[in-house]
Amino acid sequence: MEWLRGCSGRLLVLVQVLLWGWARGSELTFELPDNAKQCFYEDITIGTKCTLEFQVVTGGHYDVDCRLEDPDGTVMYKEMKKQYDSFTFTAAKNGTYKFCFSNEFSTFTHKTVYFDFQVGEDPPLFPNENRVTALTQMESACVSIHEALKSVIDYQTHFRLREAQGRSRAEDLNTRVAFWSIGEAFILLVENRPPLGFSSIPGLTYFALSIQMLLKTLMKQARGTPAEG
Amino acid sequence: METLLNLVSALYFHIGETEKKCFIEEIPDETMIIGNYRTQLYDKQKEEYLPATQGLGMFVEVKDPDEKVILSRQYGSEGRFTFTSHTPGEHQICLHSNSSKFSLFAGGMLRVHLDIQVGEHTNNYAEIAAKDKLTELQLRVRQLVEQVDQIQKEQNYQRYREERFRQTSESTNQRVLWWSIVQTLILVAIGFWQMRHLKSFFEAKKLV
Repeated sequence: MEWLRGCSGRLLVLVQVLLWGWARGSELTFELPDNAKQCFYEDITIGTKCTLEFQVVTGGHYDVDCRLEDPDGTVMYKEMKKQYDSFTFTAAKNGTYKFCFSNEFSTFTHKTVYFDFQVGEDPPLFPNENRVTALTQMESACVSIHEALKSVIDYQTHFRLREAQGRSRAEDLNTRVAFWSIGEAFILLVENRPPLGFSSIPGLTYFALSIQMLLKTLMKQARGTPAEG
Repeated sequence: METLLNLVSALYFHIGETEKKCFIEEIPDETMIIGNYRTQLYDKQKEEYLPATQGLGMFVEVKDPDEKVILSRQYGSEGRFTFTSHTPGEHQICLHSNSSKFSLFAGGMLRVHLDIQVGEHTNNYAEIAAKDKLTELQLRVRQLVEQVDQIQKEQNYQRYREERFRQTSESTNQRVLWWSIVQTLILVAIGFWQMRHLKSFFEAKKLV
């Protein structure tokens, strides 16, 4: 550990890479506009166990199309209009794997999509650690607690996403109720007013006028059809 | 040398010239985020992606939940940005290229390798071990402490969010209740007014 002290930024990053070098886990939340498609790529070596998990956080019916292709273009996973899914696979070939999220079926709703792409295992705490070396009881207890806490954090993330979804729906509902009540109050008041200049005629309101127009058109249609026949 | 090439050889995506790509991170307060990116430009002659030229950089902009910009900087073709959240909520990290020379892209796309680490994952344990002179076991326990810390922060944030959610739901409930009462009153008032108007009309016409 001596050589770490007083090292330059570049070297420090190099050490971080050695620690990360084992595997990568990418977790991102991005906005997918309507009629848009977003693809992500990753180079994976053969035999690596990978997991792709995604969840739609906000937008429309909370669904998105997802597709995962291997380096040869073969579709490994394809789902349409899914809200949440998790797909695990072992890389059978070396190369660039591609996964895409599509919102092309939607005409005007933007979607916010979260995904978590885990490639391989997480890096061990000590880069020189060999899988074969025996760990003391304390150390293996620490390792199992670490794994358990990782799954707690994972559950927390999914809970947070579901809560964000519920909250966004509730806020939408709140705004809609407000607009609806104001709009309906306005319509009711206007409809039951007599039109300008006709206040002397009782019972004459916009509502009455619209009913009259409707009846007129219906009668015209009824009179029209026997004449044609 | 190989490890340097593997630097930020994480997930990548393509970005257009004027395109702005934004990522959202919903985090509790006092959480650190480290983002690493690397760009590559498509070379038409060699028909492959090569590391971008020196002139091409990326502009990184980070906004906090109140839409206030907390980081707005230009980095080179390879960069690393760090920030710590001071308010809990949705932070937005936006990247776009600073290319003003349109010929540079040549109608192609820029390949951006991106890696964002949040909270406990930002800790450099090797550095912590060296600084605090921890044994292996102590370092492992330290990692567990950091993880539990993150869980606790997230739970506090969850409590605050749940309260907001509850307030929104209660407000909707109130509005629906208020509206149904007002609607009934409006309808009764209108009916009453119309009856009165008709009555006065018929009385005037001496039909009643």
